[in-house]
Amino acid sequence: MTAEWVHPAAPEPAPMPEGPVAVRLRDVSAGYGTQLALRDVDLEIATGSLLAIFGPNGGGKTTLIKLIAGLLKPWSGTIEVLGAPPGRTARRIAYVPQAELVDWSFPVSVWNVAMMGRYPMLGPFRQPGKADREAVAAALERVGMLAQAKTQIGALSGGQRRRAFLARAIAANVELYLLDEPVTGVDVPTQEDLMELLTRESDAGRTVVATTHDLAAASRHFRQVVGVNRGITAAGGTELLADPDVLARTYGGHLLMLGDRGMVLDDAHHHDAESGVERHFHDPGDGGKR
Amino acid sequence: MIDAIVAPLAFGFFVRALAAATIVGLVCAVVGSYMVLRGLAFLGDAISHSAFPGVVAAYLLKGPFYIGAAIAAVGTALAIGWVARRGNLRGDTAIGVLFAGMFALGIFLFSLIPNYVGDLFGFLFGQILGIGTNDLIALAVLAVIVLATVGLLWKELLYATFDPLGAAAAGLPVSRLDYLFLALIALTIVISLQAVGIILVVAMLVTPAATGQLLARSFGRLVAVAIAIGVGSPIIGLYLSYWANAASGATIVLVETAVFLGALAWKGGMRSARGGPGPSH
Repeated sequence: MTAEWVHPAAPEPAPMPEGPVAVRLRDVSAGYGTQLALRDVDLEIATGSLLAIFGPNGGGKTTLIKLIAGLLKPWSGTIEVLGAPPGRTARRIAYVPQAELVDWSFPVSVWNVAMMGRYPMLGPFRQPGKADREAVAAALERVGMLAQAKTQIGALSGGQRRRAFLARAIAANVELYLLDEPVTGVDVPTQEDLMELLTRESDAGRTVVATTHDLAAASRHFRQVVGVNRGITAAGGTELLADPDVLARTYGGHLLMLGDRGMVLDDAHHHDAESGVERHFHDPGDGGKR
Repeated sequence: MIDAIVAPLAFGFFVRALAAATIVGLVCAVVGSYMVLRGLAFLGDAISHSAFPGVVAAYLLKGPFYIGAAIAAVGTALAIGWVARRGNLRGDTAIGVLFAGMFALGIFLFSLIPNYVGDLFGFLFGQILGIGTNDLIALAVLAVIVLATVGLLWKELLYATFDPLGAAAAGLPVSRLDYLFLALIALTIVISLQAVGIILVVAMLVTPAATGQLLARSFGRLVAVAIAIGVGSPIIGLYLSYWANAASGATIVLVETAVFLGALAWKGGMRSARGGPGPSH
């Protein structure tokens, strides 16, 4: 591992771009059972965005991304994804679940996982053919996993596991990537590598939307951010993450300001049992290395 | 030795039993492979018990037991799926309630039969040596339906099993696939009832596939190992039960269990020989 953490291709912060809209939510409220999770969400995500959804745990980040993925029906309001209601455009969308929700002992290889990206377009009557094998090989090549194609996914490192899922999305040739905590639980050099791949997808005109509770990662690797805490607290370029008002609005009592440094205290966090301190915002260097 | 193998083949009932055992072992291995990966072993046990009232009702109405068992098993399987999805109950709670309720209904109906009927006990513990030609045909037809469905949807079922959220977001009808798979489990159980009985069916479904899971690192190999064990064990078990004059269903299950334990011990030996746990997580 090199210590070269600031990648030359790190994206510049940018405001919400004008132009075609990939995702539009109007007046959306949603929840689980009788529990409201998100209220009155109005949001537009431009095509080609590289956007991080940030906010406290339980604030509704995953709910928002599931609404866009069509995995959760809103209680009220309308959602448009790639110009149609969610679900209608499902084959142009890839959703990558949180790594901890995946059964890594499942008997599939990296190749098998990437090939799954081709299944929806094949349908039940067609078996994977030459074109599918070529697309999978190209996707694995793109994420640098061709050499591990035959490896069972449980034998992979954290970064390789995420690359395997990215390869699935790339093989599916989608226009919208929805990723739940893609850089959680991997070290900073691995984050750099993964985000370089996603930045390339965004540069190619595809839209990337990811949740993260890692503010350092959000500011370093993304171009746009959306703050979520029961509703939208802010939306715009990554410079919003330097705004104490935005952070206070998003994190409420979980934010501790120390001089010019904001420290996010997230007691509901489930990865980090040994301390309540989640990540140091504005902390240069190795704040994310574990 | 050769005589001991060939001699039973002179009996029609033994040949029919071998044919039935092969079909049952094959279907159970294929469906069971998805089942163990979905964590549905307990559900399989529940569905097999819930077939009991269907079997008794079919007997009382003098209808074919396959129809009664299929209605009760498929109905309960779909009801479990529906209650777990709609109600705010955990899945295992829904299973526990419906499974016990249906089995109780079976015993209740059974107790209404004036004369003690040996046949029905056959369904509890299996009577593969009593399978007739018509039974065998019904069994083969159901087996073709189940295998053809899995053959058509193997990749969709695999994707929905591995990553239901990713599959649903990509446009696969995951909840319909879930219900369909429950129905396939129920039909597989109906196919297997006469061979090994309600109580032991779950072993036919789970044990070969679990052995495959122990030994294989790809899904294709898992299914291949499960089929080899699922088809081989009933044949060996039938001969053993014939020679020892022991209960056939139980003997078959014991063979499968022994193979599983052997695989477990072999794998444990490999692991300690390599000096540490394998890469499982």
